[in-house]
Amino acid sequence: MSASKIMKKLFSLLCAGLVLIPASVLADYELNLTPSVTQLGRDIYDLHMLILWIVTIVGIGVFAVIIYSLINHRKSKGAVAAQFHESATVEFVWTVIPFIILVAIAVPATKTLLAIEDTSNPDLTIKATGWQWKWEYEYLDSGVHFFSSLDKASNDARQMNSGTDPRTVPNYLLDVDKPIVVPVNKKIRILTTANDVIHAWWVPELAIKRDAIPGFINESWFKAEKTGTYRGQCAELCGKDHGFMPIVVNVVSEGEYNDWIAKQKKLAKASAASANKTWSKADLMKRGQEVYNAQCAACHQANGQGIPGVFPAIAGGKITTGPVKGHIDIVVKGKAGTAMQAFGAQLNAADLAAVITYERNAFGNKTGDVVQPSQISK
Amino acid sequence: MSDHKPTGITRWLFTTNHKDIGTLYLWFAFIMFLVGGAMAMVIRAELMEPGMQVVDPLFFNSMTTMHGLIMVFGAVMPAMVGFANWMVPMMIGAPDMALPRMNNWSFWILPFAGTMLVSTLFMEGGGPAFGWTFYAPLSTTFAPASTDFFIFAVHMLGFSSIMGAINIIATILNMRAPGMTLMKMPLFVWTWLITAFLLIAVMPVLAGAVTMMLTDRNFGTSFFDAAGGGDPVLFQHVFWFFGHPEVYIMILPAFGIVSQIIPTFARKQLFGYASMVYATAAIAFLSFIVWAHHMFTVGMPVAGELYFTYATVMIAVPTAVKVFNWTATMWKGSMTFETPMLWAVAFVFLFTIGGFTGLMMGVAPADFQYHDSYFIVAHFHYVLVTGAVFAIIAGIYYWIPKWTGNMYDERLGKIHFWWSTISVNVLFFPQHFLGLAGMPRRIPDYAVQFAEFNFMSSIGGFAFGAAQLLFLYIVIKCIRGGDKATDTVWENPEGLEWTIPSPAPYHTFETAPKVK
Amino acid sequence: MSSKAGSYYLPEPSHWPIVGSIGLFTMLFGFAMALPGTSDGQMGNMTMMYVGLAIIIYMLFGWFGQVIGESEAGTYNAQVDVSFRMGMVWFIFSEVMFFSAFFGALFYARQLSVPWLAGEGNNAMTNELLWEGFKNVWPTNGPANVGGEFKLVGAWGIPFYNTVILLTSGLTVTWAHWGLKKGNRQQLILGLFLTVALGALFVALQAYEYGHAYSDLNLKLTSGIYGSTFFMLTGFHGLHVTIGAIMLLVMLLRSMKGHFSAKNHFAFEAAAWYWHFVDVVWLGLFIFVYWL
Ligand code: HEA
Ligand code: HEA
Ligand code: HEC
Ligand code: CUA
Ligand SMILES: [Cu+2]
Repeated sequence: MSASKIMKKLFSLLCAGLVLIPASVLADYELNLTPSVTQLGRDIYDLHMLILWIVTIVGIGVFAVIIYSLINHRKSKGAVAAQFHESATVEFVWTVIPFIILVAIAVPATKTLLAIEDTSNPDLTIKATGWQWKWEYEYLDSGVHFFSSLDKASNDARQMNSGTDPRTVPNYLLDVDKPIVVPVNKKIRILTTANDVIHAWWVPELAIKRDAIPGFINESWFKAEKTGTYRGQCAELCGKDHGFMPIVVNVVSEGEYNDWIAKQKKLAKASAASANKTWSKADLMKRGQEVYNAQCAACHQANGQGIPGVFPAIAGGKITTGPVKGHIDIVVKGKAGTAMQAFGAQLNAADLAAVITYERNAFGNKTGDVVQPSQISK
Repeated sequence: MSDHKPTGITRWLFTTNHKDIGTLYLWFAFIMFLVGGAMAMVIRAELMEPGMQVVDPLFFNSMTTMHGLIMVFGAVMPAMVGFANWMVPMMIGAPDMALPRMNNWSFWILPFAGTMLVSTLFMEGGGPAFGWTFYAPLSTTFAPASTDFFIFAVHMLGFSSIMGAINIIATILNMRAPGMTLMKMPLFVWTWLITAFLLIAVMPVLAGAVTMMLTDRNFGTSFFDAAGGGDPVLFQHVFWFFGHPEVYIMILPAFGIVSQIIPTFARKQLFGYASMVYATAAIAFLSFIVWAHHMFTVGMPVAGELYFTYATVMIAVPTAVKVFNWTATMWKGSMTFETPMLWAVAFVFLFTIGGFTGLMMGVAPADFQYHDSYFIVAHFHYVLVTGAVFAIIAGIYYWIPKWTGNMYDERLGKIHFWWSTISVNVLFFPQHFLGLAGMPRRIPDYAVQFAEFNFMSSIGGFAFGAAQLLFLYIVIKCIRGGDKATDTVWENPEGLEWTIPSPAPYHTFETAPKVK
Repeated sequence: MSSKAGSYYLPEPSHWPIVGSIGLFTMLFGFAMALPGTSDGQMGNMTMMYVGLAIIIYMLFGWFGQVIGESEAGTYNAQVDVSFRMGMVWFIFSEVMFFSAFFGALFYARQLSVPWLAGEGNNAMTNELLWEGFKNVWPTNGPANVGGEFKLVGAWGIPFYNTVILLTSGLTVTWAHWGLKKGNRQQLILGLFLTVALGALFVALQAYEYGHAYSDLNLKLTSGIYGSTFFMLTGFHGLHVTIGAIMLLVMLLRSMKGHFSAKNHFAFEAAAWYWHFVDVVWLGLFIFVYWL
């Protein structure tokens, strides 16, 4: 049995002892640190195990002494208190030993840390920007650029009393509408930053957790050695929907990666073309509702009522029932210093036109205005 | 000076008596513990099953935030000050605290600050929902209007703590009975002396942090805004310069309480008194130079990460001294296990477990994985609940006969202990697994693979919460009657507090005792 | 350290603390209600805040009045005096820590965040992708030029005169103290008067300088990190000078009424210590905010 297996057993036993459930019931669940698919991740895992073992052994030692004395040195057993209350030697020894143990931990820790922080010579650089509550990815080498937010199935199921059992949703809360794709066995550098508040980009199996701080860029890296889908979540409290901004990384072969990049470039062109079309009101309303629910409902709520004091209502709002220009303006440019983001950078002209049309004609807003993509100037 | 006890409501409003003020602090803390605990129950109820059932996400965040703030500033700290008020003058043979009127003010700011803090929950936009650590810019640009009330509540809490700490220092340094040299002081007094220094050093820094928040929010300064040359991370540095010593502010007096209790029930002098004092001082000193271990993932320069790793793990050395000294005190003692001793022994075990996870998190590369996961939540509840709170409960059982003149119900006390100790482990131990498996903290809903342990944790939480209602009952029962306590209460305990009658008279040591 | 039996003065129950709490609560609640909540908003109605402030002032008069009465009546023995001294010393220490939070912010901005925004350390990408062209120079209002171009208050004009003024006032207050210890009440009163006058002059010059900065130099609280640290540090310092001057003014009035004796004058010393503390903070400001 490998060390990690033993540890896992030990953990199950401990846990089982605590909650009086047979160990076999728990054996299916993850008890220890998530194993990683990168070298650095394995180094971290080993470091984790090293410290865990040290504290387990020290703990067993200390606890054994206490338990021994709890059992044997009790008055009911006739124990008579000894008189000693000091010993320079003993005290010296038990100050020095922990110190030595700590040095033993510090050495591998230093090595691992230096490797983690060496972000030089990447094969590929991706900028990940945290927004309330989604991630924006930019492939700096190829210009591919998109937003990635919680997938629709999870988003529907996570609404208050949605009636959907989360257990029936595949990868509940850990799936996105658009994952990032990276090649296997390449050094991928992730640049994290944020648009509004602090977020953190965390994928346990890639052993990265790095804060995304507005106005600064942090660097981290990974080199996945196995293809597959790796899931993580935002790990810094970033407001209401902090629990709902997952991260999904698809690690694929080099060939698949190149195909994917080519496809993304084509998609970008197609989306630009949709801006020149003239849409019917019904189409705009339909598409607008989809966009609204995906992009806007998190703040302004599905019923358009907002949350008083935090997010204004769309229903009967000054801007949403006022001049079209002001409405386009705030959606496209956002409002600096508030949570209202500039959606001009996130959505294409057709989506923007659709969502604005929708807002002006839904939730009891009866302006009758139809906004066409051509009216949107970024 | 009047000899009679004043009566009526003004006795409590205007009091300058350290015992009355101690009682006020302890009741305030208890009520806040129930309020903060009720919020924890909301958290655990929402997290019992995957999916959103009980509260909406924004309110959930408010609950987390208020739970942390209320437990830290409303429950644990005031409880410790309550002990200091009751016990420090009695332990050093002083007639009262050094500055009795100011003592009253330190307390009577708290209910007002608490009211201001809790009132935010009822304001438009909701209460603070940015975590008890209130990181900018979530707490500045992106926070609701109620945040300004939160800021002033923190100012008031800080003001109260600083005045309280000044009073404690003046009392300990200036009011000792003749012969009570520093190195003869009970360890509880020592730990509070050092804690008071920590408080005076860091509470003003917290005040500075919230003041910068205030101006960033309202007056256009750029402390935490990169566009103006500031840095959101600056907030974290200032906060944790306060925040890390803060956690030792909560645990050092707990060490003190445990160091009083274990010798009494082991019937053996505390092992290594002097090294306990030095270790306390060393922990306090180290606490000032490790703050950034809470921020390993913010992208500090690697030299900083290394430095903070080394400094952090060093704290294990003086803490080890403490744990070993308690062990050596029990070793070859003649132990009995009345309720206070049970809690104290459980403290030693469970605090150590919490300390071990702390040590693990102190190592930066490993912390990259633990940070902001439930592993952290498990760590700090082990040191705070089974650490600080267990010590507080132990201290109450230990001294309540002296305070009320009545013995508590020993049988109920033991039930309270076993019920709490088992349930608290069901509550917090599984959170280690959740964190390691990748569950982030401060989320209202989670992926389904975390369901089982969360369910377990919630069940443990409800059980632990209910146990504290039993505690409330035991305390009230003890105040209202019970077997009469003797003056020494326990078998031959050490300390001046046991030389006076039970219940302790309203005024004690008006004539200073002689200490050999 | 030890006391005679029962000689430590323990005050009767007092209603002043609770009055203070009510005042504090009213003032801060009122202030919070008046605050705009956004960086460009307008202050709202401040009535409640002023009511709270009035209650606090009432409390201060009442509480200190009582303490002064007790002191003059000789109720405090030497041990009580030591308690007061410790209280004041540690209170001043807490003020030092309060200022160090803002000094910390200043050093952090100058040594770390501004250089990082300009690409130093491992922040090349920060500069390249987010703030291209931003250079590490101090003073700065940040890469977004927050608040617009501004000019500096030179160190060797008013700030320098203010340094001289404050240092001199440190001397005059010490001179007054000598007078008190010698029993020379005239020297005490004159020394205190000069100190208070210098303090007032300092505040007046500082106010003039603020006006100048706002109207002529476009240096404002909103001028990025420089404006933030500049006004926060000098502003809180100015507030403390004002408080210190009021304390000394009270001492002046009390001296004129014949309070204090050569041996028993803790209140005077407390005010003097506070004044020296304010003085030292100013030196730090002069060096790190204006000069370097
Ligand atoms: C009472 C409160 C308390 C106490 C005492 C401690 C004690 C310690 N804490 Fe903890 N901590 C918190 C309260 C506390 N902590 C809180 C509230 C947070 C979260 C804040 C937030 O983000 O909300 C936190 C978070 C926290 C972090 C940040 C994690 C993260 O967010 O990524 C770290 C990292 O280093 C840490 C470390 C430590 C260490 C090294 C100790 C040490 O003092 C522990 C020392 C004790 C021992 C080690 C055990 C006994 C020793 C022996 C038996 C001797 C021999 C042992 C060996 C040599 C192995 N703590
Ligand atoms: C001393 C401090 C202290 C104490 C005592 C506690 C006590 C408890 N804490 Fe907490 N906790 C913190 C300090 C503390 N905590 C901090 C600082 C945070 C971080 C906040 C943040 O992220 O910003 C936190 C966060 C925190 C979380 C994580 C939230 C999140 O990240 O989303 C959880 C989740 O389980 C939790 C649970 C509990 C529970 C169940 C208790 C229990 O021990 C409480 C038991 C007490 C009672 C329950 C009261 C008595 C009973 C009643 C009033 C009647 C009602 C009873 C029933 C319905 C049964 N706490
Ligand atoms: C992360 C939160 C968030 C999201 C997502 C969001 N908004 Fe907003 N929105 C706000 C906030 C906050 C304001 C108020 C800004 C202010 O202070 O004026 C606002 C204001 C508005 C207003 C002006 C309302 C008024 O009456 O003042 C409109 C219109 C609007 N948003 C449209 C949208 C649209 C369309 C979307 C999606 C495509 C969207 N919002 C997504 C937070 C958000
Ligand atoms: Cu984004 Cu949490
Ligand atoms: Cu810490």
